[in-house]
Amino acid sequence: MSCNCHDDPLVPVIAVVDRIREDTADIKTFQVKKPKEGLPFTFKPGQCAMLSVPPVGEAIFSITSSPTQQNFLEFSIKNVGKVTDCLHQVEEGTEIGIRGPYGNNFPVEEFKGKDLLFIGGGIGLAPLRSVINYTLDNRNDYGKIDIVYGARSPKDFVHSNDLYHNWVQAEGTDVHLTIDKEFEDWKGNVGFVPQYIEELNFSCDKVALVCGPPIMIKFVLEVLEKLGFDQKQIYTTLELKMKCGIGKCGRCNIGDKYVCKDGPVFRCDELGKLPDEY
Amino acid sequence: MKKIAKDKLSLLWKKIAENYQLFLPITEGKVVNFSIWEEGAEVDLNTLRTVNSPKNIIFPQTETYLKFKKEGKKLNLEVVANKGEYVVFGVRSCDVASFKLLDNVFLDEPIDKFYEESRKKGLIISQACLNPQETCFCNSFGINPELAPEGADISTWELGDLLFWEAQSEKGKNLTEALGDILEEVIEDEQEKLNQLKTGIKDRLKDLPLAQINPETIGGDLKEIFDSEIWDELHRRCLGCGMCTYVCPTCHCYDVKDYDGNKGGERFRCWDSCMFSDFTMMAHGNPRTTQKERVRQRFMHKLVYYTNNYKSYACVGCGRCTEKCPVSLDIVKVIKKLGGERNEL
Repeated sequence: MSCNCHDDPLVPVIAVVDRIREDTADIKTFQVKKPKEGLPFTFKPGQCAMLSVPPVGEAIFSITSSPTQQNFLEFSIKNVGKVTDCLHQVEEGTEIGIRGPYGNNFPVEEFKGKDLLFIGGGIGLAPLRSVINYTLDNRNDYGKIDIVYGARSPKDFVHSNDLYHNWVQAEGTDVHLTIDKEFEDWKGNVGFVPQYIEELNFSCDKVALVCGPPIMIKFVLEVLEKLGFDQKQIYTTLELKMKCGIGKCGRCNIGDKYVCKDGPVFRCDELGKLPDEY
Repeated sequence: MKKIAKDKLSLLWKKIAENYQLFLPITEGKVVNFSIWEEGAEVDLNTLRTVNSPKNIIFPQTETYLKFKKEGKKLNLEVVANKGEYVVFGVRSCDVASFKLLDNVFLDEPIDKFYEESRKKGLIISQACLNPQETCFCNSFGINPELAPEGADISTWELGDLLFWEAQSEKGKNLTEALGDILEEVIEDEQEKLNQLKTGIKDRLKDLPLAQINPETIGGDLKEIFDSEIWDELHRRCLGCGMCTYVCPTCHCYDVKDYDGNKGGERFRCWDSCMFSDFTMMAHGNPRTTQKERVRQRFMHKLVYYTNNYKSYACVGCGRCTEKCPVSLDIVKVIKKLGGERNEL
């Protein structure tokens, strides 16, 4: 009897950390590709992958590059735990394990022709960036794009090159930045993301995509509803502790849904049907 | 249908063990558990319920599946898969049913190949329960311990000095043929006695103290059950020891860990428990901060979440948790409480 355990979804393949960029004091962006060249797998915007750094372990991360980027996958990773700390010590050229892609994706086909409002906080920009770059690379398919992004200070902005240059220069795209507290030489908005959304008073004829700390997501949803958004127009992407990525290890469930498999992207009316345990 | 005299069983086991790893309920110290049979082992076919379920045979408590080696920036990964063919003899109907519940999870796409391999290489021989115990409530989950359970390759029934033997699957037929010179044909008279035995078991089930447990009495939708006030009280006595999850034949949660052996190491998975505080702990916090959320998770999973996903309850009524929980916080109480029994402690 032949065993096809090599194809088991838990078995990673080898990939190379090709380039590393330091975004902030605790966030680095890693470009990962196959040892020779190319993507380890194809994916859709919003999906995740499990990165392995033996002997420290595995952790799941959203893919921050767009599928339109064919040369490498990008991961923006904040140093918060054992695996992320190990990844932060990795040098360019180091081989790691990777498996995926996992989960569902933002329904970019359904978004066609619509105005999009991206709302991100801190490292929560990572999964949104995949969709932002995807829509910008298919610019004619989508309407006006607004990007609202907040972090503790300008020093904590992840992907500042996109925030200050690429996205600002993109056609029909506005970037709205905010920071939590006053900061030297900062001339932009000061205040938390939910407040800022309210001040910007967006019209509710858009699709909103939200990702950030859970507390920010909860307050943003309240503000969007106040502005007249229907829950069916709002999407968010969640993260819970995951080990397998395929709905079997049993720890990332919210009610009867597994974030790794049925998520991480949820439309808010669907999320509303689940228990508040995330 | 075939039969064998019980005093010849060791011959049968010896023959099976020539080609398979053979697991049987074996007494070690004061407890009976499924272990690998060797000649002279103290086999116990009378104990109704082993302390641990045979889950660990098909889904090992610890399973290494990857070896890795690091040299400078190079990483080498090697898959470990070396399970041989095996037979589990004497599996009770509840435990056979639990395998199907694990199948629902692990053989659902994307298929867990290690588990699939383990299932393919295994042959399950069930044993009917002559004397269901006070803690048994398999009937509440549609399991009939007097019949050949779905998922068994061969089913057996004890009657006096005899053990009746009936192949249920292709795999089971092949093994039965291979054991042809040890097994004998059943005669008509014996067949009739066996039918009486089955009816007798069925009657006994009706009189068991937990016979009336019925998960269908649980009312309300997912959110209503989640918000039920029973969780506020129920969790208080839980010690968070995780015993229930380890003895439970249907609990399938696992952790993935790396073992660091200097330059190389191994990746393994091992059973984990939703009763533990760090089960869902992340860098940014924990969605289940108290034992209330954890206790609720476990029972909601068994009775609501799993049921929504796989159209079956994730309990087989084996009664292990009712016997082993140090504070008697078991699924029977939860079903009763959710079913509206206010007096249940």
